[in-house]
Amino acid sequence: MSRRIIPIIDKRHLPEVEKQEDGAGEVEVEALYASSKKIYVRAVKGLFSSWRIAFVILTQCIYYGLLWVPWNDRQAVLFDLVSRKFYIFGLVLWPQDVIYLTLLLLISALSLFLFTAVAGRLFCGYACPQTVYTEIFMWIEQKIEGDHVARLRLDSSPWTARKIRLKLTKHFLWLLIAGWTGFTFVGYFTPVSTLISEIKNFSLGGWEAFWLCFYSFATWGNAGFMREQVCKYMCPYARFQSVMFDSDTLIVSYDAARGEPRGSRAKKTDYQAAGLGSCVDCNICVQVCPTGIDIRQGLQYECIGCGACIDACDDVMDKMHYPKGLIRYATERALLTQTKTRESLWQHLFRSRVLIYTALLLVLCGAFAASLFYRATFRADIMRDRGALTREVAGGFIENVYRLNVMNTSEKPLTLSVSVKGMNTLMLPKEQRTLHLAPLSNQQIPVKLRAQAEAASEGSHPIQFTFESVEEGRSVKREEKAIFIMPKL
Amino acid sequence: MSDFLSNFWSMFIAIVTVLSIVGVLVFLRAQSTRKVIKNKEGETTDTGHRWDGDLRELNNPMPRWWLVMFYLGILFGAAYLALYPGLGAFKGVKNLSSLDEYEQERKQVEEASKPVYTRFMKLDVPHLAKDAEARAIGQRLFLNVCAQCHGSDAEGAKGFPNLTDKDWLYGGEPETIRATIAKGRHGVMPPFGQVLGAEKIQDVANYVRAFSGLSVQSARVVRGYVTFQSTCAACHGPEGKGNQALGAPNLTDDVWLYGSSEKTIIETITKGRNNQMPAHEEKLTPEKIHLLTAYIWGFSNSHASKE
Repeated sequence: MSRRIIPIIDKRHLPEVEKQEDGAGEVEVEALYASSKKIYVRAVKGLFSSWRIAFVILTQCIYYGLLWVPWNDRQAVLFDLVSRKFYIFGLVLWPQDVIYLTLLLLISALSLFLFTAVAGRLFCGYACPQTVYTEIFMWIEQKIEGDHVARLRLDSSPWTARKIRLKLTKHFLWLLIAGWTGFTFVGYFTPVSTLISEIKNFSLGGWEAFWLCFYSFATWGNAGFMREQVCKYMCPYARFQSVMFDSDTLIVSYDAARGEPRGSRAKKTDYQAAGLGSCVDCNICVQVCPTGIDIRQGLQYECIGCGACIDACDDVMDKMHYPKGLIRYATERALLTQTKTRESLWQHLFRSRVLIYTALLLVLCGAFAASLFYRATFRADIMRDRGALTREVAGGFIENVYRLNVMNTSEKPLTLSVSVKGMNTLMLPKEQRTLHLAPLSNQQIPVKLRAQAEAASEGSHPIQFTFESVEEGRSVKREEKAIFIMPKL
Repeated sequence: MSDFLSNFWSMFIAIVTVLSIVGVLVFLRAQSTRKVIKNKEGETTDTGHRWDGDLRELNNPMPRWWLVMFYLGILFGAAYLALYPGLGAFKGVKNLSSLDEYEQERKQVEEASKPVYTRFMKLDVPHLAKDAEARAIGQRLFLNVCAQCHGSDAEGAKGFPNLTDKDWLYGGEPETIRATIAKGRHGVMPPFGQVLGAEKIQDVANYVRAFSGLSVQSARVVRGYVTFQSTCAACHGPEGKGNQALGAPNLTDDVWLYGSSEKTIIETITKGRNNQMPAHEEKLTPEKIHLLTAYIWGFSNSHASKE
């Protein structure tokens, strides 16, 4: 069953609704689910395809490559779930740093909002893993099975030795890439060297094996079979991006005013005299579309904004010696007012939603950078013992017991001096005035503070622990509040 | 399900669950197709839903794998309820419980950490108390298990003994400490309010305070001596030195579990004391108890441990 759509772009092309009286038509029961038809995408070359290839290479160099970058004695990027430490180059994040993940997600979401409001589904068309892996898989498919026509013919032909050989080769290569992708994914959580030796010795842990297989399988299935269906039926991102569109958003548009009425013609014909528009109705824009839509029906939710139809159409326009850009990135307003997209885009760029997104994004990025820069590699939590509020000891002293939870989140050892202040005669035992912390370690240290019974009135008194050290180049100083309780005497 | 006296609620939950699953199945089947209107050429025009004149509901079918996933989801639910607990009181074919799972995981962790402890198990308590690594583990265990009552610094609080002085209620030998941790202790001082009466109790309190050289009324001390010998000496000994076999505290060392004031001592004698150290052999492995014993023993034998 072919997909039907009521165009919304131009009222002139609206079909008249058949004036059917109720019950006039034949009533039948129809399935609401149908097996989807495989799309045989025609390959395309051009400016936007080159951009996409560039992004495929860029993103995959980062994804596959980053795994192998060493940093001192470890992998540069490693998310060690077991010991709950995330290593990102010189940075070591502890569970306490989860706020950075929150910030990162906020920044990602806002960047998406901003890019989408200004230039539509850029992410979908160029950088989304689904697009990227589909592109890689299609390229392999094209190399092995031939172009879209050959592939269609192969699929509908009976199983011959050649077909089996081609299909096996294709799936072998697909699985190779999928397997490598899965391996890379797990490699960010288990150090690569460990992972390789585990695979060699068949001693993979249960979860490692699961994720290796699952991620590989998902890559193979999503990029090889599901393809556009992921965008159309599974991706929530794809659906909610449309609400960020307005009439000044760059979208892949067909210039209906220039293209219609469409029709085939000889190259030499003066089409305008013949009452035709620029569209030669060659249908190539439909054949190259990875989601199988006809962009000439206007903006549709399936459109991932990849620009394949633009490349295809420009090619045809060139051959016909017509000006390029019958299908182009344009805003709805530019099309309606017949102004140049670039001018219209700039004129309306500083609209409120763009400004708000930009402002929020800048603030968040600034906060993110600043908090990373000022992030303390030493942390301390001070907990008063709850079992005993306070204790009277020989010599007329009052004792309070605390538990210091101290963390050195850096990869260098740390020596700190500890002092307390806030009350007269408040004292920390001598042996606890210096603190040695091994790299990436935390310690719990019971600490007794003493003060003379006459030093303060009964009740609780705010005091302060100060931790000080001079690290190479940068001093660490941290003050933590606590309370000291004086008993009723 | 022992949460309820009758199995009514169990049945209720089971029936509601099964009915819901069947209901979902029926709903899914009913919603897989719908009536559409076809024109004279046999093409579907719309579903018959039209609004505002030109707004029509068409039928653009979802891919069939969605439907398959729905059915697979129902199948998964049924399989899950057959294998695992969820259907009322039915425990599932696998008879799984989270308690068993916890026990299993604990066993795995204990098994995995065995190698760490094998070295420690070969050392006796005095040697272990000198071992830096054992002390570090011991401290973490102590902070997790013992510090809630005995304090992070092990110096105790009212009613919770100080573990760092050399005063032991039941004895400070490694084996006694180990037994205290493993089996727990139950210390009882019987109430003497009815037996002795207020006057005599105050006398005894003064007598007891005199052991540690605290301020007393000497007339009461003299009278208290008589009462002490006839009533208290049975447990605390004629000289008030206590009896570690019973857990009767030494009253002469100026160490007071509940406080040294005359008022507190009178309260102790009048109302008695009932104190409990819980047993830990169910919660801790013998290896961990061994480490804790050494860590605690080390407090009052620091000379030995620093040699």
